[in-house]
Amino acid sequence: MTAHVDLNMARTLAKSSAVSVELLPSVARFSLRAGTGEQTALSKALGVALPTKIGQCTRKNKIEVLCLGPDEWTVLAPEDQAVKITDACEAIYAKAPHSLTEVSDREIAIQITGAKATDLMTIGCPRDLDLLPVGEARRTIFDGVSAVLWRDGSDEYRLDLWRSFAPHVISLLETGCAELAAE
Amino acid sequence: MLLVHCPYCDETLPELEFTYGGEAHIARPENPADKTDDEWRDFLFIRTNVKGPHFERWRHAHGCGRFFNAVRDTVSDRFLTTYKADAPRPDLAVLLADASMKEPSK
Ligand SMILES: [Zn+2]
Repeated sequence: MTAHVDLNMARTLAKSSAVSVELLPSVARFSLRAGTGEQTALSKALGVALPTKIGQCTRKNKIEVLCLGPDEWTVLAPEDQAVKITDACEAIYAKAPHSLTEVSDREIAIQITGAKATDLMTIGCPRDLDLLPVGEARRTIFDGVSAVLWRDGSDEYRLDLWRSFAPHVISLLETGCAELAAE
Repeated sequence: MLLVHCPYCDETLPELEFTYGGEAHIARPENPADKTDDEWRDFLFIRTNVKGPHFERWRHAHGCGRFFNAVRDTVSDRFLTTYKADAPRPDLAVLLADASMKEPSK
């Protein structure tokens, strides 16, 4: 049974000797779609080179760009930089047409850290996590829910989840967090 | 669980990330109004229903989001190949010859 979860306040959701699950503060999120010819201009506008290989991330000045597909990126930034990003992309729109959609409120981010962080991820993620390099991320599925899984360290993950599915995943992670500590 | 190679991500990944998209290489008539009712019915509903290697579409729905094509044996579930959506239909004889040289399951 999934209980109500307040998703607006960053805090520890679950913690055990094995792993810790935190709800992260909100960030500005953008969905960016563009063709090959526009990527150079967009990289310049964002101040970060768009990664071209699916799953690769680039970071600069607190802006994080992840390549999700051949013509699709997600851009994360501190909330106070959202306007700057929108303006910079709008300024080049005429010569480099693209689609930049702010989706900040669509997802919430959860951080999973601790010695058994990878074990906790395997309760919902069907991928072989040994093949996900540190510093990269993938859009994948987590217990039936589409998610973006970031590997920020060997024992540190971040899950971007659509808001309405988050309570389901959080309750699963809470259960897993307690069970892994009991092993 | 099947493991499917996405030609866009260039990774072999669990079936859970993918959705099946029906038979591949079915071209929509350029002008549907020119077609007879029987021809239109065939385009919409009639499929080869192969027992053996089947050319079919898949979508990496929980991943890069792309549609791509695959050749999968409907008896063994073995994938002979996957290829990008705009790539030409591969020669089945070549695929089968390649497959017989490799291990029975990939
Ligand atoms: Zn893919």
